[in-house]
Amino acid sequence: MFDWPTFLFSLPLLGKALLITLQTSLLGNAIGFAIGTLIASMQLAKMPLLRRIGGSYIFIFRGVPLLVQLLVIYYLAPMFGLPNLSPMVAAIMALSLCSGAYIAEILRGGLLAIPSGQREAAHLLGMSRPAILLRIELPQAVQSTLPSLVNELVLLIKSSALVSVVGLADLTRVAQNLASSDYLFFQHYLVLAGIYCLINIPLTMFGRRLERHLERSLA
Amino acid sequence: MTFDLSIITANADAIWNAFLVTIYTWLAGSLLGLMAGLLIAALMLFGGRPLQRLLRVFIELVRGTPFLVILFLVYYGGPSFGVRLGAITAGVLCIAFYSSVYFAEIFRSGFAAVPRGQLEAGECLGLGRLQLMWRVQLPQMLVLILPAIVNMLTILCKETAVLSIITVPELTAVLTGIGTRTFTFIETLLVLCIAYLLLIEVTSRVGRWLERRVGTYLQR
Repeated sequence: MFDWPTFLFSLPLLGKALLITLQTSLLGNAIGFAIGTLIASMQLAKMPLLRRIGGSYIFIFRGVPLLVQLLVIYYLAPMFGLPNLSPMVAAIMALSLCSGAYIAEILRGGLLAIPSGQREAAHLLGMSRPAILLRIELPQAVQSTLPSLVNELVLLIKSSALVSVVGLADLTRVAQNLASSDYLFFQHYLVLAGIYCLINIPLTMFGRRLERHLERSLA
Repeated sequence: MTFDLSIITANADAIWNAFLVTIYTWLAGSLLGLMAGLLIAALMLFGGRPLQRLLRVFIELVRGTPFLVILFLVYYGGPSFGVRLGAITAGVLCIAFYSSVYFAEIFRSGFAAVPRGQLEAGECLGLGRLQLMWRVQLPQMLVLILPAIVNMLTILCKETAVLSIITVPELTAVLTGIGTRTFTFIETLLVLCIAYLLLIEVTSRVGRWLERRVGTYLQR
């Protein structure tokens, strides 16, 4: 049933693909975090226009499936004069734009929980708005929402399987290629699922531990 | 670069059918997933320790696997075991399978949220465990978990787009198909995005409306 030689042969290939998957999801998460910070602070800004823009961004990027976003970026970028994007760039763009919306929602909750007295105090000390956001508010917001952020990373790693559609040789794509070359579909996809679980389950557990730790420190 | 929506009206029939396929796979999959989730949650509640452990492992494994990979396992891996499913059937079953563990977690937290005192009171009145669950816990927790369920439904609606990869003729597959055949990516992708935004918006509005309606009975 399970063909061990094939499995051993596929391991180095899958290892290389794993690096691509991790690279796209981690980069996507990092850029998504920057976008999320920007969007969350826009949503909490005083200017109605900024709030509108922030709200629309979240509405659109959370309302459209990631696969569709990926297709939009991949097909439409050349039409708008951007040269043909490499699959890697398209993948990272889609992942970061999408996770940016989710991270914005998470961070917004964290930012709202910070007592406004701190902002006023920092303002009186002469700190600028961006400095207050980056040095006073964001660190606290990240600390209090860390479990949700870890959870978001797990979701992103799972969603990154979709980038195989634009031809990036990530884990899923390589497993697909292996399966279509020797027809051992079930075996290759089972291994594939196993690898994703090996990354995601420890991360989930880590997130849960962070959550318990946070609850204890707040209690 | 031109913008011409006539390509949409010319293919209106095909797009409408695709829309129906999206709705069908989404709702049928979710319904089956809800039932399976309730079953898993109930088994975790009433089953012994070993069964609980086993289900816990099952839940973690499914939650750690991307939906696309589950789809591949069932649709392409199934035939190795003589399980040959049509694309739409496979899609519905995969959505049900994938969502069942998430729904199970939601139900579990719901069961836990009903105060213990009520269960003890029910026991004293001579209700059996199943009756307790059906008559005391379920009605109350359905109200409590409604927001989580609606949220999961919107996530599943978006997951149906992934079904296009295993050739289910739903919105994403049909519209990108038209786009690549006629080179009208802008129009087709725009309509595609609007369709999903509409579906998600309607779902969350219905959810909020339901929340307001049933929530009134929870205020003490």
